[in-house]
Amino acid sequence: MFFWILKQILYFLALIIFVLLSVAFYVLLERQILGHVTRRQGPSTVGIFGLLQTIADALKLLAKESVFPRSINTIVFLFAPIFTCGLALANWVVIPFGNGWAIADFNLGVLYLLALSSLSVHSIIMAGWSSNSKYAFLGALRSAAQMISYEIAMGLILLSVILLSQSLNLTDIVMAQYNVWFFIPLFPLFLMFLICILAETNRHPFDLPEAEAELVSGYNVEYSAVGFVLFFLAEYNNIIMMSAFTAILFLGGWNVPFYSFWFFGDGILRNIFESYLWPSLFFSIKTILVMIFFVIIRTALPRYRYDQLMRLGWKIFLPLALAFLIIYLSILKLFW
Amino acid sequence: MYQKMFLFICLSFALSCVLFIVSLLLASHDPYYEKMTAYECGFEPFQDARNKVDIRFYIVAILFIIFDIEVAFLMPWLVNFVYLGTQTFWLMIFFLAILALGFAYEIVKGALDW
Repeated sequence: MFFWILKQILYFLALIIFVLLSVAFYVLLERQILGHVTRRQGPSTVGIFGLLQTIADALKLLAKESVFPRSINTIVFLFAPIFTCGLALANWVVIPFGNGWAIADFNLGVLYLLALSSLSVHSIIMAGWSSNSKYAFLGALRSAAQMISYEIAMGLILLSVILLSQSLNLTDIVMAQYNVWFFIPLFPLFLMFLICILAETNRHPFDLPEAEAELVSGYNVEYSAVGFVLFFLAEYNNIIMMSAFTAILFLGGWNVPFYSFWFFGDGILRNIFESYLWPSLFFSIKTILVMIFFVIIRTALPRYRYDQLMRLGWKIFLPLALAFLIIYLSILKLFW
Repeated sequence: MYQKMFLFICLSFALSCVLFIVSLLLASHDPYYEKMTAYECGFEPFQDARNKVDIRFYIVAILFIIFDIEVAFLMPWLVNFVYLGTQTFWLMIFFLAILALGFAYEIVKGALDW
């Protein structure tokens, strides 16, 4: 029992350390791309090409003083960032990185991820309400309404994926894409899903909760130092998680394109390539592509207005996703 | 497997707690009156921030519950779609039609206009 727990803790650390590192490098990548798109240099001082910039920033923030305003509800205020960050990290337990490479190959993986993203709305409300600041309160309300609106559209899009794969297990969903990746038969839904994950993670062009010009920084105005770090970590962690989720649902997960092209040799060499190296490599490449999509959208598009955002979520995406679901259902029924 | 998941979730919360507590212990603390006011563009906050909330946020929340339950309700049926017959298909289409009617009513009533 003791060794089992130790083993699980090692698994956890092995996964989470790389998740945290990828958050650090993703922030760096984002700043570099933003810099070069606007013909600036981007971070370049700390380490080679600014490689250590984010780590330096994080250390600086962790060493800063945490300010707790007088008007807050202390317990909720302290609990909110911990809850956010914990939920964001807990997502990774069901994500499969290769065939059978998940911490827990959970049968209801999709439902689990939906549930966690629903729960993270609570932490935003908690942060905004307990701060007792007008900006934080408004930002939290907006953020919560936006997230739950797009979660419905996301859920309905997921239903079509579930229909095609006949399973809620993420490994099975990837296995079902062995021959054709789902972004080809479900192409309109794939585009809608990309927009939904932008809104779900409160990113540009849907970053209304933290519209700098009006709400300063949204629900986390009152958080300084480590509280801010935890929110920041959770946000970027969610972006990476959603990218991995998109790769699993639509881009074929660890399935390798042009299968026979990538394999050579035989025996143990082929085995290593076939079961370990290429699958995880291709999964990472797909995830990184979606992550870069997030950044490119941020550089390219101006911010939405809030009424446009709600209109897009409720009046366009929801009926469209439902209609596509019924169409796919009927086609399946017709030709079965 | 469920034990693994439970342990993982506990560990992820524990890690966030550890980060939080370590930073609180390491960082210096020097609070004074002005520093501890809520941010409001340099003013003393005028009143309590927990104002009245626009009713539309409540409507969105209520609609969210309805549609989220619908999504959760459709999932087990979709997973077994291949094994179920035509009758269940029409039953579900009927259910979705009622839902779509309700949704159309909401739009016509202007519940989703911002």
